[in-house]
Amino acid sequence: MAYHNPDGVMIGLEIHVQLNKLNTKMFCGCSTKYHNDEPNSHVCPVCLGLPGSLPVINEKAVEAAMKIGLALNCEIVPQTQFHRKNYYYPDLPKGFQTTQYDFPIASEGKVFIEGEDGEHVIGITRAHMEEDPGRLLHIGSIDKSKGTMIDYNRSGMALIEIVSEPDMRSPKEARRFLDKLRNIIEYLDVCDTTLEGAMRFDANVSIGGGSRAEVKNISSHKGAERALLFEIVRQKNLLRRGGTVVQETRHFDEARGVTISLRTKEQEHDYRYFPEPDLVPMRVADRTAKVAETLPELPDAKRERFTKEYGMADMHAKALTSEIRTADFYEEVAAKIDAKICTPWVADVLKGELNYRDLTVESFKVDDMVEIIEMVTQDKITEKSAVDVIRAILDSGGSATDIVKEKGLIKVEDDVVSTAVLEVIKENEAAVTDYLGGKEQSLNFLVGQVMKKTRGRADAVQAREMVLASLNK
Amino acid sequence: MSKAKWMGISKVRESIATSSSEEVTASYLDTILKSRINGYVTINEGAIARAQDIDKNKDGKGHDGVLAGVPIAIKDNISTKGIQTTCSSKILQGYVPPYNAHVIERLLDAGAVILGKTNMDEFAMGTSTESSHYGTTLNPWDHEKVPGGSSGGSAAVVAAGEAPISLGSDTGGSVRCPAAFCGVVGLKPTYGGISRYGLISYANSLEQIGPIATNVSDIATIMDVIGGYDPRDSTSIKQEITYQDSLVDDVTGLKIGVSDEYFAEGIDEGVEKSVWAAIQKFEDMGATWEKISMPHTKYALASYYIIAMSEASSNLARFDGTRHGLREEGENWHVMASRTRAKGFGEEVKRRILLGTYALSAGYHDKYYLKALKVRTLVKQDFDKALSNVDVLMAPTMPTPAFKIGEKIEDPLALYLTDVNTVPINLAGVPSISMPCGLVDGLPVGLQIIGNHFDESTIMRAAYSFEQNTDHLAKRPAGVE
Amino acid sequence: MITKDEVEHVGWLARIEIDEQDADSYAAHLNTVLEYFGQLDEVDMENVDPTYHVMDVVNVFRKDVVTESLTQEEALENTKSRQDGHFKAPKIM
Ligand SMILES: [Mg+2]
Ligand SMILES: [Zn+2]
Repeated sequence: MAYHNPDGVMIGLEIHVQLNKLNTKMFCGCSTKYHNDEPNSHVCPVCLGLPGSLPVINEKAVEAAMKIGLALNCEIVPQTQFHRKNYYYPDLPKGFQTTQYDFPIASEGKVFIEGEDGEHVIGITRAHMEEDPGRLLHIGSIDKSKGTMIDYNRSGMALIEIVSEPDMRSPKEARRFLDKLRNIIEYLDVCDTTLEGAMRFDANVSIGGGSRAEVKNISSHKGAERALLFEIVRQKNLLRRGGTVVQETRHFDEARGVTISLRTKEQEHDYRYFPEPDLVPMRVADRTAKVAETLPELPDAKRERFTKEYGMADMHAKALTSEIRTADFYEEVAAKIDAKICTPWVADVLKGELNYRDLTVESFKVDDMVEIIEMVTQDKITEKSAVDVIRAILDSGGSATDIVKEKGLIKVEDDVVSTAVLEVIKENEAAVTDYLGGKEQSLNFLVGQVMKKTRGRADAVQAREMVLASLNK
Repeated sequence: MSKAKWMGISKVRESIATSSSEEVTASYLDTILKSRINGYVTINEGAIARAQDIDKNKDGKGHDGVLAGVPIAIKDNISTKGIQTTCSSKILQGYVPPYNAHVIERLLDAGAVILGKTNMDEFAMGTSTESSHYGTTLNPWDHEKVPGGSSGGSAAVVAAGEAPISLGSDTGGSVRCPAAFCGVVGLKPTYGGISRYGLISYANSLEQIGPIATNVSDIATIMDVIGGYDPRDSTSIKQEITYQDSLVDDVTGLKIGVSDEYFAEGIDEGVEKSVWAAIQKFEDMGATWEKISMPHTKYALASYYIIAMSEASSNLARFDGTRHGLREEGENWHVMASRTRAKGFGEEVKRRILLGTYALSAGYHDKYYLKALKVRTLVKQDFDKALSNVDVLMAPTMPTPAFKIGEKIEDPLALYLTDVNTVPINLAGVPSISMPCGLVDGLPVGLQIIGNHFDESTIMRAAYSFEQNTDHLAKRPAGVE
Repeated sequence: MITKDEVEHVGWLARIEIDEQDADSYAAHLNTVLEYFGQLDEVDMENVDPTYHVMDVVNVFRKDVVTESLTQEEALENTKSRQDGHFKAPKIM
């Protein structure tokens, strides 16, 4: 069913991906591992913008940018260079940001997402390299602050700015796009997206073809959805009251969940871009093939392979490939256990339990998963017990073997079950009579009694069959 | 040796051998203290200790260097770790860099002793050193005249015997102009020949650090120490030149190009005569000369100033009161920055920032900045063409001898126009050396010898031959031996 | 011709505070120079590419190898105001 987009919502996103898996920053040799260190302890003359310092391009950052470009199905530009984007802000130690302008390293790509009405294509306008500014701490909120504290540890970190077309029609699609993008970035191994500030977003929002507002300072996928919802409602209310949406830049206050106006178009910057004279051009087209060789299998390709190679439903393939760690986990399990059997265990059961707890697959061992599935297939534990074991491991740790032992989950032998069946039939004459008299639900009661007697270790389906067999004798 | 003296590096080294670096350094410091020319902004308080260390071979490496114990003066826009570096601006008063420029590292490795930081036009924006926040430097030949600029301090202290050698920087003539006005030798190397790492940028795509000395050999000695590739400057170029090897007294067969465009309207008659006499002298020594045309020369000045101001407007954005230097009060950061910059920068710097900002701004970018870069292409083509026919070009460095202090400072455009013969060289990125070729009314005249990219050997050979066969470098300011 | 208003706008772009009366003299100075720059209009620049870099060099890169940073004290020693290892500045808005 086609999605009608009743409000004419158009959302475009700009995503800054920090290349924090590099050893050093974009233009200097300062370490990128500053996250747990003192402020202003990972700075040098270059990233502190000291007079006389000069930048030198990190080759690995350029390769990472090309990787990202290729993964987003972009064209890689034959020749490019860095520009200076001139504006004044205290987080910008040189008074300009070294970034790319007319020739971004990558452009004209696309990303496929699960849209409101099935597969939806989001156009990628461009992906370019730039440096991160420092970090500002406002003493109080930004609009009522007493002062600003500045830490330049982040200054000069390599960023890739990805700009999308305004192809998203709802906050949900925006969220899906961001999830997909994160997924791809993680596959490429260029960014640890769990680190603070690793992915940051700005959004352009317009409704009904009106002016667009740019919302800055969004720092999480959840925040993006909230900010967009707020902004759409704000614009709708404004229009309903007869107002007009003005082109402006707004700041998302994460704590309050609102967007506030920073500046209108009239106050927009004149960035006075010009080519950075301290850096020479880059001619990287001939490296594209080599970089492409280093690309891992990407989510879409992996998803397709999973359906073919493991014969699983697309829904399962999607769930398993949405994070590279889950996909790798699955393939390790599938190497030991028949895919038909292990797919639901990993894709449905384990993923469900992980999601419920906000955990990642790193919290679970491949060996435990293999062992648990084997115990089920060898009829040693019931499926229900298996789920219990998975939950126990996630909640309190321990190995599958130990938990099965501790909890006495090993399935009881058939004769124990048949003894229990006989006992239950003997002890519940009334129910037996009811069943024989046509009261179907009495069977459930009798099976329940058997399960109770065996403390749940009996297989419910099997117990049912045995009760039925005894009754029909 | 309390009296100011011209001493080349070899003479200084002889003195150190018979006494010590400490004694030689102390005698220079003594001369500086008695000086009236205001050539230094900051004296290095650690100079004597450094000299003592060299004497005792304490640092274990400088002792054997070619500059072991040799004092040197450094332009105040070159970062010196632990020594105040102001660019002669109020906005950087008190700024002490935590790192050394590449050239400083090289000099220290070679054993040099830094005497201090020399006065300059604020942020190297000028031709007279009058725009310094710390007062004008006086020309040692005539205290009523400017020393040239922007490296006026670096040239004046060498001419006045207050340092044997110095470093300047040349964005549009800032080494060659003061060298010409002060009667000493100054080299603007090929763009990319010396690392700019640590040179506080005025106009990155145009400028190079350059040495100033009392003789051509010393230029070669310093260049062999500070020149060459540095991975910290992306525009630095891998080129092996041994400058010492170019010190050959032979110009037989050298082809000299002379362009009328460098003897344009307004040139001083005495300057013109001195330069032609020099060219004649080269002919006597076995060279030949021919007229060549450089048709875009007259547009070079406008092109140069637009590019320089545009780059400067961005380079100087970092002086916002936040991390170093002056800070004025303001109710918010932007007001603080605007006031700091209004108070901290001098008039000429502010004018150039405003013009550069304007030239890059929306609506004017193509009219000014882009056009200037296209003219740059044409100017460069003039040089490519000329230097494919001749080995070197010769021209007056400056159209006039040193002018009077205050004479042009109220009229910025008149001051810009004096750079007419020096800025094309920076636009083309070629090397050029300025050396004395005579006196007019007691003031030195500079001869400019221009070569092809990385063909410093040829201009150095020409300069060395001229020095060996004339006595222009024997002339000194009054009171200097 | 650059107007007084434009001078004030450029002053804001460049973060240089310019008061009313100075704007006039700046405008006069700037116009003299801009008029001189105008002579470039005479030059035929069809098919001429701009020269951003005078030397024809491309692909200058650095290996991704960590080098030493400054100490926190070295980083902060030149600022007029600091607090808890941070540079301190007035509020932004
Ligand atoms: Mg950006
Ligand atoms: Zn750094």
